Amino acid sequence: MSLSWTIGEPIKDEKAPSGPIEERWDTRRFQAKLVNPANKRKLTVIVVGTGLAGGSAAATLGELGYKVKSFCYQDSPRRAHSIAAQGGINAAKNYRGDGDSVHRLFYDTVKGGDFRARESNVYRLAQVSVNIIDQAVAQGVPFAREYGGLLDTRSFGGAQVSRTFYARGQTGQQLLLGAYQALERQIAAGTVEMHTRHEMLELVISGGRARGVVVRDLVTGEVETHLADAVVLATGGYGNVFFLSTNAKGCNTTAIWRAHQRGAMFANPCYTQIHPTCIPVSGEYQSKLTLMSESLRNDGRVWVPQRTGDDRMPADIPEDERDYYLERIYPAFGNLVPRDIASRAAKNVCDEGRGVGPGGLGVYLDFADAIARLGREAVEKKYGNLFEMYERITGENPYETPMRIYPAVHYTMGGLWVDYDLQSTIPGLFVIGEANFSDHGANRLGASALMQGLADGYFVLPTTLGDYLAGAGGFGDVEPAEVAQAEAAVQEKIDRLLAVDGTRTADSYHRELGRLMWDYCGMERTDESLRKALERIPELREEFWNNVKVPGDGEGLNQALERAGRVADFFDLAELMCLDALHRTESCGGHFRAESQDADGEALRDDEHFAYVAAWEWGPEGPILHKEELEYEYVKMTQRSYK
Amino acid sequence: MNLTLKIWRQNGSSDRGRMVTYEVQDVSPDMSFLEMLDVLNERLTLEGDDPVAFDHDCREGICGMCGMVINGVAHGEQRATTTCQLHMRHFEDGATVTIEPWRAAPFPVVKDLVVDRSSFDRIIQAGGFISVPAGSAPDAHAVPVPKDDADAAFDAATCIGCGACVAACPNGSASLFTAAKITHLGLLPQGQPERAARAKAMVEQMDAEGFGGCTNTGECTAVCPKGIPLDAIARMNADYLKTASK
Repeated sequence: MSLSWTIGEPIKDEKAPSGPIEERWDTRRFQAKLVNPANKRKLTVIVVGTGLAGGSAAATLGELGYKVKSFCYQDSPRRAHSIAAQGGINAAKNYRGDGDSVHRLFYDTVKGGDFRARESNVYRLAQVSVNIIDQAVAQGVPFAREYGGLLDTRSFGGAQVSRTFYARGQTGQQLLLGAYQALERQIAAGTVEMHTRHEMLELVISGGRARGVVVRDLVTGEVETHLADAVVLATGGYGNVFFLSTNAKGCNTTAIWRAHQRGAMFANPCYTQIHPTCIPVSGEYQSKLTLMSESLRNDGRVWVPQRTGDDRMPADIPEDERDYYLERIYPAFGNLVPRDIASRAAKNVCDEGRGVGPGGLGVYLDFADAIARLGREAVEKKYGNLFEMYERITGENPYETPMRIYPAVHYTMGGLWVDYDLQSTIPGLFVIGEANFSDHGANRLGASALMQGLADGYFVLPTTLGDYLAGAGGFGDVEPAEVAQAEAAVQEKIDRLLAVDGTRTADSYHRELGRLMWDYCGMERTDESLRKALERIPELREEFWNNVKVPGDGEGLNQALERAGRVADFFDLAELMCLDALHRTESCGGHFRAESQDADGEALRDDEHFAYVAAWEWGPEGPILHKEELEYEYVKMTQRSYK
Repeated sequence: MNLTLKIWRQNGSSDRGRMVTYEVQDVSPDMSFLEMLDVLNERLTLEGDDPVAFDHDCREGICGMCGMVINGVAHGEQRATTTCQLHMRHFEDGATVTIEPWRAAPFPVVKDLVVDRSSFDRIIQAGGFISVPAGSAPDAHAVPVPKDDADAAFDAATCIGCGACVAACPNGSASLFTAAKITHLGLLPQGQPERAARAKAMVEQMDAEGFGGCTNTGECTAVCPKGIPLDAIARMNADYLKTASK
């Protein structure tokens, strides 16, 4: 790939019905063709990934009577990284009577996404949100409750109502276990065939439709092909391109990148979310970053010393020499500003030399006021497990000394382009959860990832997939030549990685790539930094393919081989991310171009030129950009203000 | 700091396996235990040796994928801590550290420190759920749940399915794991209709997998990273006995 790209035909979502936004999902559901129960048994659906989206989709499709094949690289579907989501899940229940509504959740999400998401999709998400809570409670998800026995809620960044349902700091775990248990129930019922420790390495396309996947059995090393009538990717985000992120170590882009190279367009790859409250890096050996739930910002106050280079202990810095900068700059939202704003503000104060802790890359998150106001016990009840986690990692007690936090890569809003039906540009390839681009625009609000994953899996996909399967009346046999070609591609890559036998490990290249992406395509991007990255990435990739050392062979469990394959795809993805970031010369949401800011240093959108989704098509001569124009009928486009 | 590691190496389930000694230098106290093993593996790779296989994923103590017996204790001597959350500041410079996989017949070794825990999934398949197909749920506020019940259910529901309880139990029993799910669902009104059938099916599956019986030793709860209390097992037994006496 070079610095050049070509502009292709515009792209458009053809599936969202017209008419009032409140009625679109109803209309689509009624329009969607149904598959009769006897025919469902004859249709096979592959679901890759078992997080909130994939787990709930596989379980629901099994309940509906399809033959489902589910795949995950972990040893059990319960391990998927959704499990680590801490804070909560949004839903427009308005149980508090505090002015919430479906329309308000829709409005907050479109605004929070900095007007770069599709209105129809977001409205549906807000509508379905209420069903998710009902479903989860019926499954036995132990949400936090009040003494009256009703569900408790809390507020979260980017919202002024209390609509976030939670299960202590382990909401993702509890929701995922709900989906996992539903999935295991279907496995027992024989509707879902589960393949654990299997990694998808290629997509099989035949007759222009997605018809299967090539996977590697990570235990035996065997390369297998599984065929189906439709394929669903629920393989999560690609934040690990930065090496250090809050993602699990195994999270990777391979499944969606393979699909991209086979024709699925990749939308808005540069939209990455940097989470403001993570534990700072402690050394060179660091293997991942740990997030401290954003819910901490409900009661914690963020500050740094007013003076640069003030290295006194936090307790020795008097109140009037502290700068509670979020409260000062954003009095309306204070510590609860959206993630992108909180992250950049932290970077700014650290760039000024007012950061705290080793290397000056940290800010304080202080609970002293909350403890004084609510008592230690109340704080412990709300955040006990998070405080323990912090102490375990840092050796410091946050009840006595303020936490140190710093932003880290957390979530990727970009992903494979999908229409309203969650279908990619390859017929029969559906993409759900973080792996698609659809609902969060340029910035995701807290507690909205769980909502989207479960909305897609439990409620949206089962309807829209049925419409696709019903319409076809059988897709015929898969071309053996297509299968052979996909299998050969997988085997060739494995052989090639093993054959290099160079002098550096895949991890060391991954670390270097990640550092480069963080420096040049991280919290702040410039034309210059992105061009530098685009020059350096191909060089590093070439070095990787000539000098990587992958021990062992392809037979049996070989974790180094798994990692090397993932790193190889991260190189290609990194390049597209930088190109996307380079072409989008505006700032929006999580994408901050230093050249595009207002007098106060806030992100400055350029709606005239960039109110579109950038959907990239893979081409041998370089990527081709297809623009999907975004229209806002219900939420007026304004410059976001949280002041 | 410098450490001597004695690590269990086993190339597949048919290999007998053996302890192998490795020296690691310049370990930082702020490293996690797994980061220390990462550093060892980077070195082994470059030296042309086979790196040590171990399971891990989230590295923040919640996915339940990691697990090793460290100096004879599942997840090491720090209480309420998964292996990934164990940090090197708890070890002495110059110490010798032994690292072994979970050892239990229903957890066959796949390679080195990696074991097969699919028996846990099959216990859940037997009944560790509430049967509620998507789309059929009543409003979430239709059934209030007393806060104490909800909190107690949550405490049991925090189980991460790592298998430390089995590894620590002299009988290789999966009672704490099974009881945690039976307790979580059995404490909630939503879980009542299937409560008896659930307990029966899960306990029978646990036995069928070859896990041992519980003799109230309590080693399981001592190593449990989430501190699942032992009285969960009493609840499981009570629910099971009710079905047996019918």
